[in-house]
Amino acid sequence: MHAIEKILMKNSGKSSIETGEIVNAKIDFAEINDLYLQTVYSFYEMGGKNVWDNTRCAFVFDHYAPCPDIKSAENHKAMREFALKNNLKYHFDTNTGVCHQVMPEAGLIYPGMIVVATDSHTTTHGAFGAMGTGCGATDMATILMTGELWFRVPEIIEVRLEGEAPKGVYPKDVILAVLGKIRADGAVYKAIDFTGSYVEGLNVAGRMTICNMAVEMGAKTAYMQPNDSVIEYVSKRAVRPFEVQHTDEGYKYSESYVFDVSTLEPELACPSSVENVHTLRSVIAGGDVKLNQGYIGSCTGGRVEDIEIAAKILKGRHIPEYTRLVVIPASREVMIECIAKGYITDLMNAGATISTPGCGACLGAHEGILAPGEVCITSTNRNFPGRMGSTEALMYLASPATVAASMVYGKITDPREFL
Amino acid sequence: MLKVLTGKCIVVGDNIDTDQIYPGRFLAITDPKEIGSHCLCGVSEEIAGNFPKGGFVVAGRNFGCGSSREHAPIALLNMGAVAVLADSFARIFFRNAVNLGLLPVICKGISEKVKAGETLTLDLEAGTVKSEDTGEIFQCEKLGDQAMKILEAGGIKPMMRARFAEK
Repeated sequence: MHAIEKILMKNSGKSSIETGEIVNAKIDFAEINDLYLQTVYSFYEMGGKNVWDNTRCAFVFDHYAPCPDIKSAENHKAMREFALKNNLKYHFDTNTGVCHQVMPEAGLIYPGMIVVATDSHTTTHGAFGAMGTGCGATDMATILMTGELWFRVPEIIEVRLEGEAPKGVYPKDVILAVLGKIRADGAVYKAIDFTGSYVEGLNVAGRMTICNMAVEMGAKTAYMQPNDSVIEYVSKRAVRPFEVQHTDEGYKYSESYVFDVSTLEPELACPSSVENVHTLRSVIAGGDVKLNQGYIGSCTGGRVEDIEIAAKILKGRHIPEYTRLVVIPASREVMIECIAKGYITDLMNAGATISTPGCGACLGAHEGILAPGEVCITSTNRNFPGRMGSTEALMYLASPATVAASMVYGKITDPREFL
Repeated sequence: MLKVLTGKCIVVGDNIDTDQIYPGRFLAITDPKEIGSHCLCGVSEEIAGNFPKGGFVVAGRNFGCGSSREHAPIALLNMGAVAVLADSFARIFFRNAVNLGLLPVICKGISEKVKAGETLTLDLEAGTVKSEDTGEIFQCEKLGDQAMKILEAGGIKPMMRARFAEK
């Protein structure tokens, strides 16, 4: 059996479980972000009175933090009222950051649990050996009423990442390379287990970046067997006791892919699809790609490690005139650490615009929207048409190092020049 | 629920993501009719206003990929769509659609065979889509038992209301 199956089996109270079976599983933690006031509407429409457990669900106000308009302010107000009425133990207002960073920091994510959130990037929590998956607002309302959700037990794909990353190749480059191979629908309705020596040696931030983008291949959930870095992280924070699950020897995956990370290069997902992946070298060889904006942030690329490498590349340099770099730390905790380490000062001296921890322009809500014809390089997760503003803007997805290097000249640039 | 549905269709491509179905800049809107008026505006601003009511959206692979936003099926339903016929669907979109009573039907290859404006008949029990214009019949995958149970209850909301009323 696979660890994911064991998690589903345990939470559905069953003694065996089969691929394709529909199970009702208990949800260990449910999170609603501030895009989904519909969750509250659906809850009442379905006859909900109080949430099933006020210690196991929370709102995180991240997509509109702080509110850019009256409508989102009204939505926040209604959500606060719901949270207060239900006496929710945890509440994360506009001063906290992106839900997928905030929940692990608060100790709400730990190995062996099921976390469901109204956000597709909930696959991030596979980094901790948890089963994380996204759902819509009304599915979430059913969880708030019952504490359960139905799941189809998924086929599990192994993505084995072996070897050490060469200079200039970061977890973001690795997941882009994987995405280019498996494509945007290669894992629809399935789970992805990332294995191999590269994963075993990877820190928490890198593991989160990789699991985060599993959903860009359609995956229902992602998984990584917890390593020492994860156990150290969660042991200091977890609000509940936890049990690490292990995949049995000889488990048969539905498909397996093997990548030799030592042969990879910096990668880009070019406009306007996450699967349009090319090596940075090949894009540069095709001619200069001039940029209007660089963006470092989000649940994919806004952690301390991401801002650190950007600060190291840009320290003592300055972005060109008529170019802008927006940096949004993924959480308050991340921002405080980056301030203490001087990274924020270095980036501001280089000409960066710093904004409040949250999702920012990643989804085109505010804080860095693109005009028609503009070109942006970003450490975020999606470059769909219109994702960051105009449908006529172009977005390249890259590692934070590539974004920072590209901001030195205002055109797509290889970070290895600065490492 | 109706098992045989007839209506006109529009045709879109592969990987139509939730940002194209319903862009982020409209996410704070909660009125369903207004949400419907912006449907598929990331593909073309012309679609929602001209959509044939009671019709179908025909698409390629991975329809509804991207965000978990339930605004996507809300927009499609309020634009007047009753079903999406596609090569494949992203998982969260599939669940959201079933929950709200929008039919997500896997019908491989259909987007390459039918043209916008054709009249189609979807027969859920037979598992077929017929073009009334050309007579061509396409096989679709039947929806699973769990999805049918929710759809036959009229969506997850009536189903949950009944369950909680019993209590």
